[in-house]
Amino acid sequence: MTTITFVAFDGTRHELEAENGSTVMENAIRNSVPGIEAECGGACACATCHVYVDDAWKAAVGEPEAMEEDMLDFAYDVRPNSRLSCQIRVSDKLDGLVVHVPERQA
Amino acid sequence: MRNVIETDVVIVGAGPVGLFAVFELGLYDLRCHLIDILDRPGGQCAELYPEKPIYDIPAWPEISGAGLTERLMEQIAPFHPEFHFNRMVTALKKLDDGRFEVETDENEIFHAKIVVIAAGGGSFQPKRPPIPGIEAFEDKSVFYSVRRMEEFRDHDILIVGGGDSALDWTLNLKPIAKSVTLVHRRPEFRAAPDSVNKMFALQERGELAFEIGQVTGLTGEDGQIRSATIKGPDGDVEVNATRLLPFFGLTMKLGPIADWGLNLHENLIKVDTEKFETSEPGIFAIGDINWYPGKLKLILSGFHEAALMAHAAKKIAHPEAKVVFQYTTSSTSLQKKLGVK
Repeated sequence: MTTITFVAFDGTRHELEAENGSTVMENAIRNSVPGIEAECGGACACATCHVYVDDAWKAAVGEPEAMEEDMLDFAYDVRPNSRLSCQIRVSDKLDGLVVHVPERQA
Repeated sequence: MRNVIETDVVIVGAGPVGLFAVFELGLYDLRCHLIDILDRPGGQCAELYPEKPIYDIPAWPEISGAGLTERLMEQIAPFHPEFHFNRMVTALKKLDDGRFEVETDENEIFHAKIVVIAAGGGSFQPKRPPIPGIEAFEDKSVFYSVRRMEEFRDHDILIVGGGDSALDWTLNLKPIAKSVTLVHRRPEFRAAPDSVNKMFALQERGELAFEIGQVTGLTGEDGQIRSATIKGPDGDVEVNATRLLPFFGLTMKLGPIADWGLNLHENLIKVDTEKFETSEPGIFAIGDINWYPGKLKLILSGFHEAALMAHAAKKIAHPEAKVVFQYTTSSTSLQKKLGVK
């Protein structure tokens, strides 16, 4: 199991155990993490599971692919560390991952 | 005097469940008109995941959203459904003769014995960009689509987005505009390469401006914008604009359905589990838009709901007729309707 922490816009921290191979978004939905909507259910088609990857984890998580970058155009307040959490797959190397939930989803 | 379209059934929503309802209703000789806000059938299958595989459609180990839509269209073709795309149902009311009147935002009127709401997550509507105070300018100087180009003549137009809508309108409005500025958060576009090349060529000749960034603020008064602040890689830029066209894709909203006087459960329409009828007899709700204890938002649940709904709808539409349950495998009368030779 891999530990992931979601930091809400108001600073509240939600720490949860995620199964390797699942997506960061799925874990947020299963654990009712506020601020992650995932309207399209993980199809990379809506930009409502937008997160900011903590600077310390940016390199480990990596860059979005072209399709995700296209979807990010629809997200709110996109920054260099923006990712769609449905496109981040949980693995051992992300143990301890911290992502920040934006003020709002689109 | 507006034309009234008379029909047995109006189906609100042309997603997979609305489409399959045409089949089930057709077996009972009920003619259907479908109304959808998108420009094509399929609903979420067409708009959100046309290419994504679905794995839980019975007998289809794997099928894409577009593939499912295509096959449903083939399956319902014998019943000649009529489609009304690019419109939203705005009003629904009961007539004195017991039928229902359905009105769209294109000013059409339908009179139907039965209304089936198969509206999924609600209607797809343009996403409002996260710009503080933008609401005050909407429909006055901020528009989410171009209905009449004349509204934009001789204006300083600011267009935001990186898809085909943004690029197409940048090019189309350029000849009649006072000026056009396109804003996108990066230099790569999701639009047809030809449009992108044309835009860059116009920019090079100084005929339009392209700014990389995100719009963060608007100035103006009484619904009329004056300028926009664009946060770019080198800080804030202020751009004069009297018209703003943001293209940020679509989102689903329940929309006017909430005002039709039907009993709701957390923004979903409450139905019984025998007929999937709403609190108003003759109005049914099937698929993702409905709620009952144990509801699962699956396409296959919607298909089941469509079958039971159709059986009940027939009794309302033709109270004098004896409703006989038949199988398509063995009933010659059903096979005739399906065009089986």
